[in-house]
Amino acid sequence: MALFARTPVAPLEYSRTLWMRLWVGAVMVFLYAPLIVLMIFSFNDSKRNVVWRGFTTKYYEKALGNDQLVEALINSLTIAALATIVSLVLGAVAAVMLWRFRFPLKSAVDGTISLPIIVPEICLGVAFLMFFAAVNWPTDLIWPFNLGAITVAHITFCFPFVTMVVRSRLATFNREQEEAAKDLGASEWQVFRDVLIPHIKPALVAGALLSFTLSLDDFVITYFTSGPDTITFPVKVYSMVRFSVTPEVNAASTLLIILTVALTFVALKLQGVKAIAETH
Amino acid sequence: MTETARPIIQIQNVSKRFGKVTAVDNVTLDINAGEFFVLLGPSGCGKTTLLRMIAGFELPSEGKILIDGQDMAGIPPNKRPVNMVFQSYAVFPHMSVADNVAYGLKIAGVKGSEIKDRVAEALELVKLGGFETRMPDQMSGGQRQRVALARSLVMRPKVLLLDEPLSALDAKLRAQMQFELSDLQKKVGITFVTVTHDQDEALSMACRIGVINKGEVAQLATPSDLYEYPANRFVADFVGSVNIFEGKLTLDDPDKAAVDCPGLGKVYLNHGVTGPHGADVGIALRPEKIYLHVPGEGKAVKAAAQDAPDGYNFARGKIKGMSYLGDITLFEIELESGACLRVSRPNLSRHDQDDFTWGDKVSMHWRADSPVVLLG
Repeated sequence: MALFARTPVAPLEYSRTLWMRLWVGAVMVFLYAPLIVLMIFSFNDSKRNVVWRGFTTKYYEKALGNDQLVEALINSLTIAALATIVSLVLGAVAAVMLWRFRFPLKSAVDGTISLPIIVPEICLGVAFLMFFAAVNWPTDLIWPFNLGAITVAHITFCFPFVTMVVRSRLATFNREQEEAAKDLGASEWQVFRDVLIPHIKPALVAGALLSFTLSLDDFVITYFTSGPDTITFPVKVYSMVRFSVTPEVNAASTLLIILTVALTFVALKLQGVKAIAETH
Repeated sequence: MTETARPIIQIQNVSKRFGKVTAVDNVTLDINAGEFFVLLGPSGCGKTTLLRMIAGFELPSEGKILIDGQDMAGIPPNKRPVNMVFQSYAVFPHMSVADNVAYGLKIAGVKGSEIKDRVAEALELVKLGGFETRMPDQMSGGQRQRVALARSLVMRPKVLLLDEPLSALDAKLRAQMQFELSDLQKKVGITFVTVTHDQDEALSMACRIGVINKGEVAQLATPSDLYEYPANRFVADFVGSVNIFEGKLTLDDPDKAAVDCPGLGKVYLNHGVTGPHGADVGIALRPEKIYLHVPGEGKAVKAAAQDAPDGYNFARGKIKGMSYLGDITLFEIELESGACLRVSRPNLSRHDQDDFTWGDKVSMHWRADSPVVLLG
């Protein structure tokens, strides 16, 4: 009976074949090993951070005690929050406009709206640098207004992502629902509030997540648009790394990772993973 | 129904064009208060466009629509005293059943306690009592349709519009819903206007049917009149199964008429048709109105009918095809002229299907009041 001893494997059950498991394992290692190493070495009791010399949490204290680093983190979070809110409104309105209405030059608008996604970041960065210089954008404002230039730049490359996600969700909207609401007496605004917004809500959550993370970790464009007093977290980390890769950088990065993971988790819980997955 | 038919919807010379395509062509139609009216026609005939114009989702290119005497020109869908049940039901997926049904009342600013009572009443009416907290994705298609019905009925509209209400249901459920819809209509007394391409649906539910063809009203009649007295070839062919033969009117007296059909022979009728002598007319003959004689029986029947020669029509042919459908058997009979005649025969006993077989020579007769003369 040895012939039948092996558990039969269904034709499409790839997860049970050995080479497939190895492949998946390898992908996981390449994706997550660097992150895990970074997290582990944030507890390394060594200045040079190359060899493991014992466990400590002092670099977390040091990172949180580093006023410049904390300020950069607060700047980053503020910019990300502002950019997300504005991108969400702008992106959703643009998506609804492109989906719902006919207007002159619609195809031109449709084409250029996603340009910030396509154009290389370095070009956008240089363009913003020249633009803000040309319009004499004030650099000596008090916080948070000194973050204006960076926030504007971030909104520019964030909102097309929101538009994209919301549009794909709108494509699945049953127009009869809109008509049904109107038929029951709803005005255009009530239809929008009671029927359309609930329908695109998962896309809004997904778009907000995208915007927030894109803004939070943007380096290139921020580097070109930040003034002397407006350092963001990635820019600060970059400047710290230029001197030496201390566990302090690791500790700060670990905190950021935990923050974004937590945010994503909350957003997914709010909306349900399935609904967000459906929007892609 | 009210004793005097009062029109609740008046469609007056309404046309609708989409670019160069004319979807609705100069339709004039009155729909009476309290009746179950069905717009019947093949897909693309303009019946849905007509319904959407009543609801206000499309605007007529010409003509006007009056609801309860009031001209609807310039009145948007959310201000019209009609409600619609959509083909996809369009139940709001993010709202519970109760919230769906309450939506229109909330928009209208009805008090909370009254909303609760009316929602419960409406759900009871469509047999969904106890489903208040269910979400639409936990319900079957039939149940979602009931939600859509309740959501419209709760508004107490003057007219309820239904767009292909049964097309998405399976055959058994559809038959059940046909009865339930007509029951519901009688119970609430609201005028129902339904669009369908399904003649069974139309015949079983309607008080009156408007048959639409190519954007025009082909005939407006009660179900039995539509079936028994079709006004033209399109209606005769579209509603039910029929044999149509072309012929010439050779005799037309007040009490009798005859049509000479090359395919069928001379067809006698026991009433006049008031058409010009020698006119080209069509003869429509329903398969169930033709009596198929068991071999040997024909002669006796013919002999008995000799006393009233105008009372019966006779024909002879050969069985070319048979299909047993359980309740009836359908025969295709090749006549001596080469034309084919469809005949249906009820299986009154369990062995009836054994009476005939392919190639049998058979004779048939039908009453002189069975054929319909089609002038149009």
